[in-house]
Amino acid sequence: MGKIEWAMWANEQALASGLILLTGGIVAVAGQFRDWQFAAYAIAAGVFVCLLEYPRGKRNKGTSVERTGQYCFTVCVKSFGPLTRNYYVRAFVHAAICVPGGFLLATVLGCVCLGIASLIYLAAAIRGEHWEPILPAKDSARQPVGESIKCPPQNPPPRPPAETRRKRVDDLEGAAYVNPIPVTANE
Amino acid sequence: MSNIVADEGLSFFVILVWLGLNAFLFVHFYMAFLTDRWFYTRVLLGDALSWARAPAACLNFNCMLILLPVCRNLLSFLRGSLQCCSRTAARQLDRNLTFHKLVAYMIAFHTAVHIVAHLFNFEWFMGAQLDRNSSNLAFVLSEIGNGDNASFLNPIRTNETNPTIVMFTTIAGLTGVVITLALILIITSSMEVIRRSYFEVFWYTHHLFVIFFIGLVFHGFGRIVRGQTTVSLLKHNPLQCSEYFESWGQNGTFCPEPAFAGNPPMTWKWVVGPMILYVCERLVRFYRSQQKVVITKVVMHPSKTLELQMKMKGFKMEVGQYVFMQCPRVSMLEWHPFTLTSAPEEDHFSVHIRIVGDWTEALYKACGGDKNDTQDAWELPKMLIDGPFGTASEDVFGYEVVMLVGAGIGVTPFASILKSVWYKHIQHNQNVFTKKIYFYWLCPETQAFEWFADLLQSLEKQMNDKDMADFLSYNIYLTRWKENEAAHFRVHHEAEHDPITGLKQKTLYGKPNWDNEFSTIGAKHPNTKVGVFLCGPTQLAKALGKQCRSHSEDGVKFIFNKENF
Repeated sequence: MGKIEWAMWANEQALASGLILLTGGIVAVAGQFRDWQFAAYAIAAGVFVCLLEYPRGKRNKGTSVERTGQYCFTVCVKSFGPLTRNYYVRAFVHAAICVPGGFLLATVLGCVCLGIASLIYLAAAIRGEHWEPILPAKDSARQPVGESIKCPPQNPPPRPPAETRRKRVDDLEGAAYVNPIPVTANE
Repeated sequence: MSNIVADEGLSFFVILVWLGLNAFLFVHFYMAFLTDRWFYTRVLLGDALSWARAPAACLNFNCMLILLPVCRNLLSFLRGSLQCCSRTAARQLDRNLTFHKLVAYMIAFHTAVHIVAHLFNFEWFMGAQLDRNSSNLAFVLSEIGNGDNASFLNPIRTNETNPTIVMFTTIAGLTGVVITLALILIITSSMEVIRRSYFEVFWYTHHLFVIFFIGLVFHGFGRIVRGQTTVSLLKHNPLQCSEYFESWGQNGTFCPEPAFAGNPPMTWKWVVGPMILYVCERLVRFYRSQQKVVITKVVMHPSKTLELQMKMKGFKMEVGQYVFMQCPRVSMLEWHPFTLTSAPEEDHFSVHIRIVGDWTEALYKACGGDKNDTQDAWELPKMLIDGPFGTASEDVFGYEVVMLVGAGIGVTPFASILKSVWYKHIQHNQNVFTKKIYFYWLCPETQAFEWFADLLQSLEKQMNDKDMADFLSYNIYLTRWKENEAAHFRVHHEAEHDPITGLKQKTLYGKPNWDNEFSTIGAKHPNTKVGVFLCGPTQLAKALGKQCRSHSEDGVKFIFNKENF
């Protein structure tokens, strides 16, 4: 498993944990469970984790697949600079966030899942990975293409102008094609 | 519309039946907990009891189903037996992975409902113990069974605890946490992004299903869901006695204390069958993989493609099948799927492997790819093979007219088909049902042509020699090219042989105009069933599926088969 980017999996796990934390929190608050204050915290923590983890980072190798509509989240997350770029920070933040979830049954699952995500981020950080934003602006460096590129070409690629294609009288053998009509020079 | 029905009708029907069974089980078990036996349990828990038990039944059902679509050997066997009766039914088995994923989503959904309901249950069980007031029915019920610790109703036996501790100290709670964690890890590592790029993570994490099933079987052993015993129901009718709870069991009253017991565990009855089937499947895979495999030839092709030719005693294959390969020298645990590129008529079998990840890179080095001198046969690594397994391509020779579309490396199953065609017609002169093959290869780079071009060249020559130039019509589309390459094409446009492939048939540029292609073929072959086979990306599958449906009219029918891993 030498070339795997652990951060990709940590990201999926953390996003799932955020959702689970959020759901557990909502259930406990709506049901007015005892110690519901932990649940209220879990809702806030779950939302925060989801917002942080929603934008996928850019992969080192291969094409990065964005999540739908992640561009605005990318911009927000990018603005925190090294805090969000560095995976040691993320591992620590997730580990810290998940602890209060362990005090209420409804949020325990979210707590453990986030803890696991934190461990995977730690592994990613140790291997030197970091978060790079996927920015569409870079792709427009390619030349804009016209509409005609969307229709498959009916003909072979364009050939040199007729003058250079036309057979030259002094070099009939060198031409690339054969004419049924003999070639004569222009008088 | 009728074409969609023909293509997808059986799938819709299967899904409908499956959803119907889920709905039936849900409602049936929901209602089963509304009876008198559960009256007192419902005093403590309300409807949350039914909301927890109904998805539990659905979970039993779906966990039973989830192992079945991944028993590859069983499916291949079924496919072979169904082939004679109905090709449509056999094709359904190609969609096994889709069904596996659907069942997995359903398991995740029911798990969520089950857990939320149990959160309420724990909360209310705890509440009944905390409100220590003898004029509270819930508390009185919770006190029952304090003497013998057997006939209790409330699984939380004391008020000096909290739900989290209770969860970690009961069998049901502990196994529940473990299997839910396993399920979550399995799901996050099975996301398409992870699966396509880091197959090993997906493959290893997926084996947590072993823990999942063990935990699932033990989940009900604590008998934590308790209802009134039948004996007690005869003496104590809850509908009559519940309001006199303050005087139960006292002298002179006619309501003795009710006694409760838990349901015996049911899950094992649902899952034991598929678990045994799956164990058999793994044993079959292991046995088949122990057969000795010899690598007879290793070829390095230009665009980072490694070809391995192998021999194994008793190996039989059909066109377009695939095998799972393991190389112990590279990894003791990983099995990777590869399409067979050889024909059944050859004396060896071969695979073409693109070098894209850790495992393939290591395999390349183990086979001496990075060494310049020749390898001795004994230096080549030991290989284990499991398979071959059947796929849609097996059906090719059942159609009179066939369209084969391969994108990039997706052309590999068709290499097998074309070679088989060559052997059947040229060498054995067999009468083949298939009369015409239209072959389309879409490729992004010129170098990818080499190994396949050799095959096409020899086919082309042989067909010409036998006056069968019309049998196979192939079109190669170069979908991307660089500026300097374009200049080269320009100059050599009129040459007799194509500048890229060396074939007489010229390479075409860009993407095919499918509308034209389908119309032309439809016009040339009225009143025939044309089989369309694709091995390529989903976008292309959608486009071709649409074309098949819109061009299936006036007798000609395009039947679409997609294959993927």
